[in-house]
Amino acid sequence: MATTVGTTKYKHLITSYAEDAALFRTGVRKFWFGALLVALAIAPVVGASLGGNYVPYLLNMAGIATIVALGLNLLTGSAGLVSLGHAAFFAVGAYTAGFFASTLGFPFWMTITISGLVTGTIGLVVGMPALRLKGIYLALATIAFQMIVTHVVLRWESVTGGANGMTIPPPSIGAFSFTGATRFYYLTAPVAVVAALAMANLMRSRYGRALVAIRDSDVAAEAMGVNLARYKTMAFGISAAYTGVAGSLFAHFLGYIGPDHFTVQLSIEYLTMIVVGGLGSILGSVIGAFVLTLLPEVLRFVLDAVNSFSPDLMLPDLRALVIGLILILILVFEPEGLAGRWNKIRRYWRTWPF
Amino acid sequence: MDVFLQACIGGISQGCVYALVALGFVLIYKATEVANFAQGELMMVGAYIHFTLVAGLGLPSLAALPFTLVLAGLFGAMIERSLIRPLADEPPFVLVVATIGLGILLRSVTGMIWTHDTQSFPSPIPEGTFSIAGAVVSTVDLFALGATAFVTAGLFMFFHWTRLGTAMRAIAQNRYAAQLMGIRVQRLFTLTWALAAAVAALGGIVLADISYLHTNLGFIGLAALPAAVLGGLESIPGALIGGVAIGLAESLAGTYLEHLLGGGIKEIFAFIVLLAVLLIRPTGLFGLPDTKRV
Repeated sequence: MATTVGTTKYKHLITSYAEDAALFRTGVRKFWFGALLVALAIAPVVGASLGGNYVPYLLNMAGIATIVALGLNLLTGSAGLVSLGHAAFFAVGAYTAGFFASTLGFPFWMTITISGLVTGTIGLVVGMPALRLKGIYLALATIAFQMIVTHVVLRWESVTGGANGMTIPPPSIGAFSFTGATRFYYLTAPVAVVAALAMANLMRSRYGRALVAIRDSDVAAEAMGVNLARYKTMAFGISAAYTGVAGSLFAHFLGYIGPDHFTVQLSIEYLTMIVVGGLGSILGSVIGAFVLTLLPEVLRFVLDAVNSFSPDLMLPDLRALVIGLILILILVFEPEGLAGRWNKIRRYWRTWPF
Repeated sequence: MDVFLQACIGGISQGCVYALVALGFVLIYKATEVANFAQGELMMVGAYIHFTLVAGLGLPSLAALPFTLVLAGLFGAMIERSLIRPLADEPPFVLVVATIGLGILLRSVTGMIWTHDTQSFPSPIPEGTFSIAGAVVSTVDLFALGATAFVTAGLFMFFHWTRLGTAMRAIAQNRYAAQLMGIRVQRLFTLTWALAAAVAALGGIVLADISYLHTNLGFIGLAALPAAVLGGLESIPGALIGGVAIGLAESLAGTYLEHLLGGGIKEIFAFIVLLAVLLIRPTGLFGLPDTKRV
């Protein structure tokens, strides 16, 4: 840690590339990460003692959303490829898990792996047209993909159960069955933590730097020897695989999936998560996923208060209103998202009182 | 033959609505390079403004039409000034997300004001049907066709025969050169949004007339995107042709492919076309190739 400078006063100065790319730049960060792990481990137990199954349920949903947001942030935030079709990848993951778990009776650890692989492969295929398309055209292509997947989910009844949806048994490893939100949380949380750490490692590798270079200028990146075709399709593949794993967890967690779960609105919601949290930031993905998952629940209380004045107000409306407002306000006032705001606050205090 | 003709009439009528949405989209994209994903919601708001003028204030539906267009235009200008201008220098992706957010916001606020119930829409024209060669044509279909033709012709004349329109075309070609020539680019951006919102309002009235008035009307904004891409995102005649082509294709696919490919093919046929266009010719029929100097 910055030994060349000597005094601890300059600890935050970076003196080598290895240090710049380190996963935990300071011991303080390592400590807080450990603290976070402990907090994550006890969260559902504490939550359950407060309000039954409700808090663990939300934690699961937030964890699943975090994995999707990490994947989408790799694609959109880091590589600059906009996707409005991530609910479709989510659906592919969920239905793959559903098909292998309930129809074929595969064990959980296999279905989640297969979900990741299948969705990742589809991501690679979808990513190929992305080589020719840029900006808004790519966004339109992903919308088309989303619409087509929604249609297939609804109509391919022999596999997906059509409009009736399908039921998925709760996962079990050995004799232990992960029924109930609290037990399931101990599946979701490790997967989410591993996903976040893997993403952090990916982003500080040669691969992550290449993606950022593509985002900033693909022509310049190509001139520097970055293979655009390979990196862009890989970004799609990895992003889709993340989303597929999350979809598989979602299917197992809810125990029921139907076409209504995977609409274009959900895709938009995922995009909102990473914008609100912070584009290209892992912390941002996590913050965005939690904020957007917990927001409706907070709003429920607000609604109760407001309803004494205007009883006509409905939760979906209020929720949409707040999401739309947050999205616009963040874009106008804090384009780096909440994670960017957090970094600014930290920087301010580090150099305080200067 | 009757079936074919009937499918064509339905398709053209629906295609006109697509064309009106696509026209607004293209107007904004061409001049300001903003992809407005809230175009469908602008349409919905326009229809609700009209509804309020007629049902709330008791104006005759046809007489309320110009007021609706003016109010919708003001609304569009307001959006440009408050939301789009602060984001003017951001990358296109940010504006895509911002307009998506705007769409969500508009839909929820509309729902709060007018509820999410389906309303019957006061038609600006007398409703009725007559038959041509065995196919039933409604006056509403004719209204859709007439409104679209009127808007396209009006826009064409505006862009080619007026000073303001010429200035807008100059901006579309090269914003900075236009600014150097003394064109007030900012002001014209506001005007573009006003124009697009007015076109959208007219589209909303036509659409509400064909179907009904509901807050989900805005989802047509997504359904009309294939039309805009097919025509080419920078081309006004392209939006018209793309819109009618997509409407026809959807209607014919619904009539003839439904029993081959299963139900619901009508809803996604446009998106299959969209994917095909993007893969084969991303600039669409009349769009400009995307070239950039490094």
